Amino acid sequence: MLKILKYSFFDLMRSRWSYIYFIFYLLMGFVLLFLNNDVDKAVITLLNIIIILTPLIGTVFGIMYYYTSKEFTELLLSQPLKRSTIFIGQYLGVAISLSLSLIIGLGIPFLIYGIARSSSIFNFTSLLIVGGFLTFIFVALSYNIALAFNDKIKGFGFAILLWLFMAVIYDGILMIVMMSFQEYPLDKFALGAVMFNPIDLSRILILLKLDISALLGYTGAVFQKFFGTGRGMLVSLSMLTLWVLLPLWNLTRIANKKDF
Amino acid sequence: MVEIKELYKAFGQVRVLEGINLLLDEPGIIAILGPNGSGKTTLIKSILGMVIPDKGSITIDENQILGKWAYRSQISYMSQIADFPQNIRVSELIAMIKNLRSSTDRDQALIDLFLLRPFLDKKLGNLSGGTRQKVNILLSFMFDAPLIILDEPTTGLDPVALLHLKDILAQEKQKGKTILITTHIMNLVEEIADRVIFLLDGKIYFNGSVTALKTQTAQQNLEHAIAEILKSHA
Repeated sequence: MLKILKYSFFDLMRSRWSYIYFIFYLLMGFVLLFLNNDVDKAVITLLNIIIILTPLIGTVFGIMYYYTSKEFTELLLSQPLKRSTIFIGQYLGVAISLSLSLIIGLGIPFLIYGIARSSSIFNFTSLLIVGGFLTFIFVALSYNIALAFNDKIKGFGFAILLWLFMAVIYDGILMIVMMSFQEYPLDKFALGAVMFNPIDLSRILILLKLDISALLGYTGAVFQKFFGTGRGMLVSLSMLTLWVLLPLWNLTRIANKKDF
Repeated sequence: MVEIKELYKAFGQVRVLEGINLLLDEPGIIAILGPNGSGKTTLIKSILGMVIPDKGSITIDENQILGKWAYRSQISYMSQIADFPQNIRVSELIAMIKNLRSSTDRDQALIDLFLLRPFLDKKLGNLSGGTRQKVNILLSFMFDAPLIILDEPTTGLDPVALLHLKDILAQEKQKGKTILITTHIMNLVEEIADRVIFLLDGKIYFNGSVTALKTQTAQQNLEHAIAEILKSHA
């Protein structure tokens, strides 16, 4: 698996897009941290960007990598290699290279800001952790979709739709449901609903960590009330881990049944 | 030794293999023939474990292959279409496959034989179809596996390369290997094949020597013999 991982990783590292993605985060980190007087505001802006952008980039890169390396995958499949080795290796190659772009891209401005101005910036490493999680989750989801559809256009469409659903539509539906049933106690429902969306989970995790209760929103507040800050973070972290592991398990399951 | 029993495979509504029984227990060159869509590639990919059959069993040296992978080190496979990642160099591709399987030094002789040395530093996307096919041949013959499976190996080859390919096939046969080959070029089959397996509608229609096929259809020439089968079938 390490050999496949290494190959996919270096293949992507050679691609121009990894650098564009890296430079984007680097510039954004510097601009937001150093040209903004209020660190909290800068971090909130970063949070909002990371939470939408990492899933999108993870989805698009994952799906494109699968379809463009399809022929090569077939060559690998005829070699004495386990199927799960091939696909998990490729998955890790994509997810790790994207996470590195994010972590190094934002990490450099964080580090410089921390050394130069205030070391409290290091609290915001949770942003990087969550960004990493979201990348691993959405690359796994997009690999699931790619394996399920032989047709590139369909696969791409479904993947983008999934991202749109998680990033935008889900919250909209949740809000409508809560508005329509506001006379009922909705705490448990809201709590459950959040668990099913890794983007919401990530947002809550960061806001709990940063203790910005004003921005927690209804679901966040319920989360905090129910679990408390410490346990809330633990719960959301373990849910995010589950969000990585379940798609990975399903990925090997589909890969083992598929005809190539 | 490969043994296939009652193999069935359908892709959605299309039934591709309908009860294949086949025993490959002798060294030599075995040609799998049949019209387009008769299931040749599906049969080959089933042996490789790339296609998962609906029913039936495949054993290699008496071991079931379904869900296994290590047995593929006993197989050299050359796919129909030589599609490789566009952005990597020929030498990198060779190094990578060697790294995945086992070390071999047979690649150097093959590089010289097919005059690939000037292309080693070129990216695969920039090669012509025929050159890519030569790389494909090199990748499949650089390992010393007892079972060789070639899916349409002659596509795009120039006459010199084709001669080299035939030489290699003859040498491998001498070593006692079993070579499965699909092709539409009947001259090649007549020249090299020890046995012909003719697939039609997912079943084995004929299994025997070229001479036996000619006798059965009362034809002088293999092309006409095949045409005769297809005519009588239609």
